[in-house]
Amino acid sequence: MIVKILRQVLRFLFLVGLQIALFNHIQWSGYVNPYVYIVFILLLPVETPKWLLLIIALITGLTIDMFGSSGGMHAAATVCMAFARPSILKLISPRDGYEADTRLSPQVMGFKWFITYLTFMVIIHHVLYFYVEVFRFNEFFITLFKALLNSAITIAIIIIGEYLFGQSKGNARFIR
Amino acid sequence: MRNLFLFLWKYNFFIFFLLLEVFCGYLIFQNNNFQRSSFINSTNAVSAKVNSAISGVTDYIDLRTTNEALSRENAALKALLPDAFYIDSALDRVSTDTLLKQQYSFMTAKVINNSVNRRNNYLTLNKGSLLGVKPEMGVISSDGIVGIVKDVSEHYCSVMSFLHKDSRISARIKKSGFIGSMVWDGFDETHASLKDIAKHVKVAKGDTIITSSFSSIFPEGIMIGLVEEVVDGGGTNFQEISVKLSTPFGKLTYVYIINNVFKDEQRALEEPLKNDR
Repeated sequence: MIVKILRQVLRFLFLVGLQIALFNHIQWSGYVNPYVYIVFILLLPVETPKWLLLIIALITGLTIDMFGSSGGMHAAATVCMAFARPSILKLISPRDGYEADTRLSPQVMGFKWFITYLTFMVIIHHVLYFYVEVFRFNEFFITLFKALLNSAITIAIIIIGEYLFGQSKGNARFIR
Repeated sequence: MRNLFLFLWKYNFFIFFLLLEVFCGYLIFQNNNFQRSSFINSTNAVSAKVNSAISGVTDYIDLRTTNEALSRENAALKALLPDAFYIDSALDRVSTDTLLKQQYSFMTAKVINNSVNRRNNYLTLNKGSLLGVKPEMGVISSDGIVGIVKDVSEHYCSVMSFLHKDSRISARIKKSGFIGSMVWDGFDETHASLKDIAKHVKVAKGDTIITSSFSSIFPEGIMIGLVEEVVDGGGTNFQEISVKLSTPFGKLTYVYIINNVFKDEQRALEEPLKNDR
């Protein structure tokens, strides 16, 4: 149990650190700003209690907000995404449901399942975040474009990261 | 009453979610409110230290361009020194001027965190309230305007970049003297638009845009950019002017924080008129 919690704390530090030190500093074309840290919430164990999920999401979002002067926007989007997670997991669950120790990774769940799950969750988070950030409707389509473009980039980075660092035979440390 | 509790219990997950969202909404509202400083911001001890360490690494990448910009500025300033002028008269002129009083003081600061790719961008600088930085001071770089100080902690301050949906800076066309306001449309870090210039005003490509004397934050005549494109604004009375910004927002390293000594006086004088506008 302790080992499991410790592993999640390490994942948290690694992913939040990566977001702050690397992905927040991509200054390319003025549109691109992927928020890869949400993979921490996405790949938490299936058996995580719902209420704990919300609290973890709030803490993660607030940490990112603190380093990026966005004052609560990431927290709002991440909490909403965490709220949607149980329903989406149920919606796309495999035929015999999830076992308690199932790892949510493309190697275990299959690539198709993984990319469906990612697309749902990342788009929920990004669309919410970008609309809260802009907070006016006369930039509706440019915001939608930004949100979808960044969703695609985030999904691509997460998949690449999952195959690079993910557990193939039992050497995973960071991404579960 | 019992039914109420049953209802609350049945939807406890959803209600908990709503509570957290309301909390986040409160934080966002507080952050957007310029007058009140927010408590989740990047000037607190931990995040400022981490951002400072990160910028310590990334600064090496920009070292060459930073040095070039600084030496260019040094050259421009040296040209203003008394030694640089040839004195064309036999008499030594001693200037003990009692008419000139310092209105603006400048403080250098290092950028330790910066973004250009969001709709609302912020910078974090390494000077804080211990050195006299206060909210609503202007920030410029050697190339032009940068933004306005928002939150201040002991050693750091966060700056609302000009690249922000709420930024609006009073600007003047240098040649003709007409006043408009600069806003950022959120598309491109190198361009912004100049609003409120009436159609009869002649604006040409390449005209210089500087800050006007209306603002109590920026001194008059700070460079903003050059006119890049002028489009007739359709059914409105105004032209649509696209301006290429002179400040390279993507690679700011050293900036100046401006303190207007007479700001409070100007504000106090203008305060009673606010409701009339």
